This record gives sequence, structure tokens and C-alpha cells, in this order.
Amino acid sequence: MSTATAPKFDERIARGNLFTRFFTKPEAGATAAALVLAIMFAVVAPQFTKPDSIATILYGASTVGIMAVGVSLLMIGGEVDLSAGVGVISAALSSSLFMYWFGGNVWVGALIGLVFSLLVGLLNGWLLTKTKLSSFIITLATFFMLTGLNLGVTRALTGGVAAPSIAAWPGFDSAAAVFASDIPVFGVKVKITVFYWILLVIIATWILQRTRIGNWIFSSGGAPDAARAVGVPVVKTKIGLYMGVSFCAWLLGMHQLFAFKTVQSGEGIGNEFLYIIAAVVGGCLMTGGYGSAIGGAIGALIYGMALKGVVYAEWNPDWLKFFLGAMLLGATVLNFTLQRRAARGGKK
Amino acid sequence: MLKSRFGRWSKLGLAGVAATGALMLAACGSPAGAGGGAAGGGGSAVEEDELKVALVTHAAPGDTFWDTIRAGAEAAAERNNVELLYSSDPDGARQAQLVQQAVDQDVDGIVVTLAKADAMAGEVQKAVDAGIPVFSINAGEEAYKDMGVLAHFGQNEFIAGQAAAEEFNEAGAQKAICVIQEQGHVGLESRCEGFADTFAGSSEVLYVTGTDMTNVASTITSKLQTNADIDAVLTLGAPFAMTALDAIADAGSSAKLATTDLNADVYSAIGDGSILFGIDQQPFLQGYESVEAVRLYATGGYVLGGGQAVLTGPAVVNADNLDSVAAQFEGAEDAADSES
Repeated sequence: MSTATAPKFDERIARGNLFTRFFTKPEAGATAAALVLAIMFAVVAPQFTKPDSIATILYGASTVGIMAVGVSLLMIGGEVDLSAGVGVISAALSSSLFMYWFGGNVWVGALIGLVFSLLVGLLNGWLLTKTKLSSFIITLATFFMLTGLNLGVTRALTGGVAAPSIAAWPGFDSAAAVFASDIPVFGVKVKITVFYWILLVIIATWILQRTRIGNWIFSSGGAPDAARAVGVPVVKTKIGLYMGVSFCAWLLGMHQLFAFKTVQSGEGIGNEFLYIIAAVVGGCLMTGGYGSAIGGAIGALIYGMALKGVVYAEWNPDWLKFFLGAMLLGATVLNFTLQRRAARGGKK
Repeated sequence: MLKSRFGRWSKLGLAGVAATGALMLAACGSPAGAGGGAAGGGGSAVEEDELKVALVTHAAPGDTFWDTIRAGAEAAAERNNVELLYSSDPDGARQAQLVQQAVDQDVDGIVVTLAKADAMAGEVQKAVDAGIPVFSINAGEEAYKDMGVLAHFGQNEFIAGQAAAEEFNEAGAQKAICVIQEQGHVGLESRCEGFADTFAGSSEVLYVTGTDMTNVASTITSKLQTNADIDAVLTLGAPFAMTALDAIADAGSSAKLATTDLNADVYSAIGDGSILFGIDQQPFLQGYESVEAVRLYATGGYVLGGGQAVLTGPAVVNADNLDSVAAQFEGAEDAADSES
């Protein structure tokens, strides 16, 4: 992966290799697609490039991107998590229902939410390694169980279908400042989730590129048996990856809880596909062993731009989902075509 | 080398141009609807500056009920020289972002549904702070005042449930089920609570998955098979009423069916007696009045309602008054995309 600086003026690895060097990276195709998309929307919708709009687009992208970080790492490790969408709502609900039932400081509630989330991740990972079933089946089961839990527990405790507002509890203001505030950047208010997203991408990239754990993730996904044979703790790695997704779900869940003060128990269903799509568009393989955290971030950005761009361009929203699908397909195809071509050109 | 490299890049460029072109084509070739409605608005006789109004709902795509709201909004837009921007997302957080986008676009008015009032509060406040008049429709009767919303157009869900119960009481029903198509939807729950409150016999709630009609049909059928003494079924949406009709027949039950929210199919079913009555919240009015409200506010700060929610329902439609509402439903299927 190291792109060493080129030796002085050697023609054999001069400009011809710029293309191959760039496009052999997982996130390269997504970057190209994101640029095409940004230019297209900038042309058809002048509104798209205004600072306020960019802040809105980034916020929309960050609510997918935060999860896409965890999901990208998990997919590089060769697994999927279908319970990630409802997991976000579960995290928020477990926090707010705990506070509703026991009272106390919201930070305690947030901590309970984190513990609950990590336990879900632990359960997913543990079941996966114990049962030897595919992660698709395991997390599908978790997805249904969490969906039912969200609704069942909420109704059992509150009698309603939404968690009561938590705005009145002590510590709310400080927690809201941490999880759901606006940060002014050059006079434009940017939601704090955008910064968390960037931070998570940096941390995940560092883990993948610079640590032993990163090597474990790549090898567990690419060749689990070989990895096990050379002493990689595959079981621990996969459990850790699921807990990573859970942590991201908790962070996003806390944002929703403190931004909106209440949680609807029926939400979050279907969002897991957005996270998977972001990771795949960003160059993560469904089979594992290949991808990057930055790719997942760019995938989320593509989704955010497409979703908001259709509104700014004032197109008929009936077609929104079609555009999304078409754009995602285009980005992914472009990505793999370029990579294959770059790989061929890369053979010297 | 140079040639092949050039070929590579030109192909890439071509692909980009082709993709852009295809998208542009698709955008231009989309049916006259949200974006294209304003262009054909030659019906406005009054010389007024054009207003831009964003209508942001929590509609799931493909629900006939929301087509009616949109048709009402478009009719008002055409008569009031308004450019209407329609957008919707069932997810509360994403719907809030759509409101934010409307603020970014600097519209002259925002009409919003407040099904998830808490999720919307922050963004609606931003719109109000930006000096944009905000009106709410359909859902949010108890929340709109605190959010700086000028007026609310909708029906009280609890009262709508009570109205349905009164009609069923008159028909002498003893045991009812209230079918909720979206578990976790506060408005629908409250409709069933109103029904249970006023219904003379015993009633219970039945949850179905509204996004999957086969599930709706099989759930209602199995419920009626296990409880043969159920003699009243209340659905909470027109498409579900039509499915429930088949389900009641499949179960061999003699239960009477009624529904809240109407469409043309339900209208004709009330006509032929297979559906007992409908409780309508007149969604057309919600769309129409709210867009007109923006125009009225721009004209001279006029606001309807005197600080109270403007109720658009419940309006009971049964065999007695079927003729008076006929115009709403005759040719209603294509009202949404008529060019008038």
C-alpha cells in the first residue's frame, strides 16, 4: 500500500503510473464518481454549492457516514450487519427508557445505551463465531429481535410507541452540546456529527493502515483459515468489529436522542442497507479482505449528495429512489472497471 | 503508451458525459408534477409576485392518501401563482433535513407535517427564525403552537376515532377490531384510542404491516377466523379498506367494514354497500388551504384559525351523503397528474 516517492525522473514510472497508482486504491472509483456527481449538481442546481447547503449535505452524509465507518471495517473483515439500522434506534431507546424508568442524569442513560449497544455487538459476534452460520443469517435474526424489542419494551414501559421527551432531565444541556450541537465554521453552522464522522474515519484509517489490528481485519476477511493458521485471533477480531459497529450505532443513536429529544420506536428499519451501500460504493468487497474507511466515507458522501441534490435541483421526488439506485450502480461499476484496468496497467 | 492512455481517459470522460446526459434527460422527461406544475399555471388571473412554497411531508412513497394532499396543494398553487416544491421522507430525522433544505433554498413559505413533532422542532424553529412563515398540516395538532407555526390544518385523530365509533354504535356493532397499518405511528394509535373510548361494545387493536398488502390480508383473515364473533372492522387507510374487504370475504365473516381516509375505490364501495361508511379528513383541503394560507399571509399577514387548529375533518361519508362528495372521487385517480 505504501506509495513511495518516485525515484528522480525515471521515465518508466513517470506520468503513466499516476493513473494506476491512484486507481488501485479501493476508494478511487468512488472519488471519481463523487466528483462527477458534485459537478453535475453544481451545474443543474446553483443552490447546491452555497455554504448552508453544503453544511446540510454534509450533515445528511454524516448520519450515514458514521455508521459506514464501522460497517466498512466489518465488511473488510468479511461480515455484514443487517441489525445496524435498528441498532441505532435501540441504542437511543435503551438510553431514554432507562432514564424514563429510573430517572437520574442523562449521562448515566447515555452510558447505559453504550453498554447495551456493545452487548448487542458482542452477541452478534459471539453467535457468529459459535454457530458458524453466515453473518447474514445471524444479524437478520438480531434485526428482527431488536425491531420487536424496540416496540415491545417501549410500549410495555411507557404505554405509547415513542419514548417520552428527555429534555427535562439533569445534564441534558451538556449532553446535547456534546452529541447534537452546531459548530460555526466561517459563519456557517455545521452539525457536530460531521466532525465525529471525520474523526472516526481518521481513527479507522489509522487502525487499518498502521496497526497490527488492521492486518488482522484484512486477513480475517480475506483468508480466515490462513489467518487462523498463522495465529491471527480471528474470533476476537470479528467480535471486536461487531462491537465497533455497535459503538458507531450508539454515537448516532445519541445524536438522534439529544437532537430530537424523543425516539419513535418504529424507525431505523432499512437504513442498514444505506450503510452497506456506502461501504460497497466506497470499494469494500462483499467477500471481505479489501476496502478502506475513506471509501466508506466517500460512499456516504455520494449518498448524501444524491439525496439532497435531487431536492436542490427541484426534480420530481418520485424519481429520487431511482436516481439513487442508478447513481450507486454507476459509481460501483465505474469503481471496479477502473480498478481492473489499473491493475492490468499496474503490471510492469 | 500515450495513445492508449488517451483512449482510457476519453472513455472515462465519455462515460461521465453519458451518465450526466442520462440523468439530465430523466430529469427533463419526468412527468409534470412537483417541479413542473408551476410552469403550466396559466389559470391565475391575479397579478401577483410568484411565491415559492415547500411542502414537506412524512409520506411513504406510493400512498394514495398523499396524492390527494398533493393534488390539493397543486390546485391551490396554480390558482395563487405559487411554485410548489414537494418532498417527503417517512424518517423523522431525514424529514427534518428536508425542512432545512427548504430554508437553504430561501422559500417564501413552508408547509410541513408534524407526525414526528420532536424531530422536526429544531429545523422548524430555524425556518421561523429565518422569517419564513410555516404552516403545519395533517399531524401535529398538539405541537404546532410551541414551534412557532402560524396555523395548523388537520383533523383531531381522537375525535375521528370517536366519529367512527358513533357510526358503528348506530349500526349496532358489538365487537370491533381497529386495524393499524404502521406500528409506532402515534396518530393512528390515537385514532384507535378515540374509537375504543366511544365504541359501545368491546374493541381491540390489530397491527398489520402496511407496506406489505399480503400481510395485511392474511393477518385480518386469520384474526376473523379465530374470532368469528367480530362484527365490525375499522381500517385506517383507503388501500387497507379494499384489502380488508377481500380478507373479510376470505374468512367467511359477516363483519361490517368501515375506514378512515377515502379514495375513489372506497367511495364506490360505499355506493354499493360493501363498506358501511368512511371517515374523511379531507386531505385535499389540507393541501389546498395550507398553500393558500402562505399566499394569504404574504398578502397581508392574514392567518386562519384564531390560534386554534383548523379542523378539516372528521367528515362522515355514508350512503346518505354520497352524492354531495361525488365530484371529489369521480376521476380522482387522474386528478393528481391532470394539466387543467
